[in-house]
Amino acid sequence: MSLLEVKNLNIEFTTLDGVVNAVNNLNFAVDKGEALGIVGESGSGKSQTILSIMGLLASNGRATGEILFKGQDLLKTPEKEMNRIRGKQIAMIFQDPMTSLNPYLRISTQMTEVLRLHEGCSKAEARKRALEMLDLVKIPDAKNRLDRYPHEFSGGMRQRVVIAMALLCRPELIIADEPTTALDVTVQAQILRLLEDIRQEFNTGIIMITHDLGVVATICDQVLVMYSGAVMERGSLQDIFKRPLNPYTRGLLHSVPLPDQSRGEPLYSIPGNPPNMLQKIQGCAFNPRCEFSSERCFQSKPELIEAGPGHWKACYRESGELEAFERGKVS
Amino acid sequence: MSSIIQTDAAPTQIFPEDAEVLKGRSLWDDARNRLLNNKAAVTAMIVLGAIVLLVIFGPLLSPFSYDYPDWDNIYEPPSVGDAHYFGTDSIGRDLFVRTLYGGRVSLMVGVVATIVSLLIGVAYGATAGYLGGRVDNIMMRIVDVLYTVPFMFFVILLMVVFGRHLILIFVAIGAINWLDMARIVRGQTLSLKHREFIEAAEAGGVSTPNIIRRHIVPNLLGVVIVYITLTIPQVILIESFLSFLGLGVQEPLTSWGALVNEGAEDMETAPWSLIFPAVFLAATLFCFNFIGDGLRDALDPKDR
Amino acid sequence: MPSYILKRLLSAIPTIFVIISLAFFLIRAAPGGPFDTDRALPPEVEANLNAKYHLDDPLVVQYGRYLWDVLRGDLGPSFQYRDFTVNELIASGFPVSLRLGLSAVLLAMVIGGAAGIIAALRQNTATDYGVMSFAMLGISIPNFVVAPLLIMIFAVNLGWLPAGGWNDGAFKNTILPIVSLALLQVAFVARIARGAMIEVLRSNYIRTARAKGLPGWQIILKHGIKPAMLPVVSYLGPAAAAVITGSVVIEQIYGIPGLGRHFVQGALNRDYTLVMGVVIFYGFLIIAFNLLVDIIYAWLDPKVRYS
Repeated sequence: MSLLEVKNLNIEFTTLDGVVNAVNNLNFAVDKGEALGIVGESGSGKSQTILSIMGLLASNGRATGEILFKGQDLLKTPEKEMNRIRGKQIAMIFQDPMTSLNPYLRISTQMTEVLRLHEGCSKAEARKRALEMLDLVKIPDAKNRLDRYPHEFSGGMRQRVVIAMALLCRPELIIADEPTTALDVTVQAQILRLLEDIRQEFNTGIIMITHDLGVVATICDQVLVMYSGAVMERGSLQDIFKRPLNPYTRGLLHSVPLPDQSRGEPLYSIPGNPPNMLQKIQGCAFNPRCEFSSERCFQSKPELIEAGPGHWKACYRESGELEAFERGKVS
Repeated sequence: MSSIIQTDAAPTQIFPEDAEVLKGRSLWDDARNRLLNNKAAVTAMIVLGAIVLLVIFGPLLSPFSYDYPDWDNIYEPPSVGDAHYFGTDSIGRDLFVRTLYGGRVSLMVGVVATIVSLLIGVAYGATAGYLGGRVDNIMMRIVDVLYTVPFMFFVILLMVVFGRHLILIFVAIGAINWLDMARIVRGQTLSLKHREFIEAAEAGGVSTPNIIRRHIVPNLLGVVIVYITLTIPQVILIESFLSFLGLGVQEPLTSWGALVNEGAEDMETAPWSLIFPAVFLAATLFCFNFIGDGLRDALDPKDR
Repeated sequence: MPSYILKRLLSAIPTIFVIISLAFFLIRAAPGGPFDTDRALPPEVEANLNAKYHLDDPLVVQYGRYLWDVLRGDLGPSFQYRDFTVNELIASGFPVSLRLGLSAVLLAMVIGGAAGIIAALRQNTATDYGVMSFAMLGISIPNFVVAPLLIMIFAVNLGWLPAGGWNDGAFKNTILPIVSLALLQVAFVARIARGAMIEVLRSNYIRTARAKGLPGWQIILKHGIKPAMLPVVSYLGPAAAAVITGSVVIEQIYGIPGLGRHFVQGALNRDYTLVMGVVIFYGFLIIAFNLLVDIIYAWLDPKVRYS
């Protein structure tokens, strides 16, 4: 049994302008000690997916399908029981370290409350463990910083605190929503290494939401590419990076600047913008921006099919066609 | 917008509050729709409209004038039969006519004083924001200092020293209310200042006063409208406060505040003399506040 | 923190200066001179006033002298109440007004704060609409309308409470004045607290707290209340000014021998020195209160406290 298994997940929001489908028929699984990267542009539905796992969707949002955590359907779990899972078995690291800590409470308070709540620690015991965790995430001079307020920390330090807080109860699954976007590159690398170490040490499952393929390459084993609320491609890191089968994935990979790229050569970017969620697009959601789209792509939406062992794609084009097309373009 | 491909649209967010923006309706259309969907604000506009009409034309419906003492009918309860619709006061003056006349004074003070404060505030704030730098610094420091001065008491002092003239009330109230406006306008001006169209005008050699008048002021319209609807009730309140204390308009002229004061003294014998002006005053303030809130929500919907 | 307080203290100086100067020159600008009234003054009073205000000296000298007196805490003799100085009148009325005002502010904080927070937690429900409509009503009905209406209901019709009078501050006599004074502030505080709480509930750190598995009530109590009350604390300055203004009418309506009543009587009797003195006193009071509020705020907000 997988640690987390998401089956046929649909998320919709009721807004003043009608019902918006944020996520359509999503399926994926994460095992213990495995790191899954969910990649997509903003608006692809990746953040809503993880909020629905945590049971933190906005009040106008509704998730249907199944989210099985160790076999238990989280969508059917009552709030009270969710509170025993959240923070203890599944922990979340949010995107913006500047605002995800409460500016009015000391770090010690914010850390110890998790332990006292989930493990019934005494105050002294909770402080001791919080301190150990701050040491683990390599906060220098943690002893003196424990009773400080968030604004006294730098961005990178705060993200470490957020990570330490997520780790306190040794969760089995960590969900990280763009944990490094707000940080500069050197700090980013340190944080990723830290997450990797934690995964190795505690055999924790990780879901990493990002739009940065560099981050994915550093830490993930499995990759899920989302576009406009649906899966475009799913596979191992090797599959996605070496043998991308969906034009969207290829576009994303092309958009990454490479060190050997000749100067002056313009950086590739996928033409157009992601679609407005209120518009219904016929066929494949990516077709208006796709260089390979054919008549068929406008008529019906391609199903997610298994193109190789564990490698799934939602595209009518065969991989040979894509390559031939691309070679033609280059020459 | 008919094409599915949007090349110049903002990046899509799936958060519902952003969804609306994408449709590309104009700001003002959007604001009007939101305002008209706000039942409380629409009701308030209708009620306020009725009050204004009644205050202007109502006195024509009555045979009495506002200062005629009907000595035979002192403390007459409200009745339709003898045309004292709201009853009479301690010297037999008709309260229907007096309440409406009081309303004229209150509303007029509200509107005129608001315009005075608006003119001062916009001129001051736009100048400070547009000129920027040291001038702005000094000008806003002055506003900061004036903010803490308890002006209500200075208005009272003014009334004590110079006597109770209607004009003085306009000026005094207008002169104390411009501080908020100056701050708002300055902030808006600062943020507008560096937009392209202003820079284009500057590069094209348009003079400073013209830029302020032609580009900055129209852009401030939304904020100003909200400010006006929220300032008028404040001013009406200040005027009625002064009149209540006997420092506002002078007999036989009256305002809602003065009527409430008289009514409060007579409430045991003639409760109607308190209730009618009180209801008119409260209803008017209520309507203005609702409209102001509605407008603010409509023009700046982030709170919803 | 001490340097912050010092900075705030220094910034109050120009305001104090403006208040004293405005008061002084307004009175001096009175047509026919400040002490020219319809009634002939007894010669000894006139002599006293002249001696006190040195009306024959140049204006600048008079101004300097007055400034010096005020800064020493001497507001001079009353013009109407011949046997009293302005200081004595303030000393007799202020404690009464202070008690009314503080009770009203406290009431507003507790009830308004609670109502606003509850409304925010139940956003867009009947409770929310109820609280907000009530708040709108409170803002729209001036306290000089509320007070007579309360008297009419609770004193005249029901006979539960006295219609007025102070009775040495007996509890029964204070209820209606305090409620009349507090109502507007309850409404304002409720609106502010609601807005702030809604903002807080949307914040990322509340989402973090939810992701930690904290139960709802604990999130509100531990993470929500304090940031939601900060804007309420900053409103305390304006609230104090509004309550002082309100106390002027409320004391008049209920016949309470407070400072506000002295002020109105002074104004109606054209007691220039008393009115001027009380205006300056109120000015100082409001400045002092704002200062206090800033200090409380700084103490509550770690970002200010540790910078």
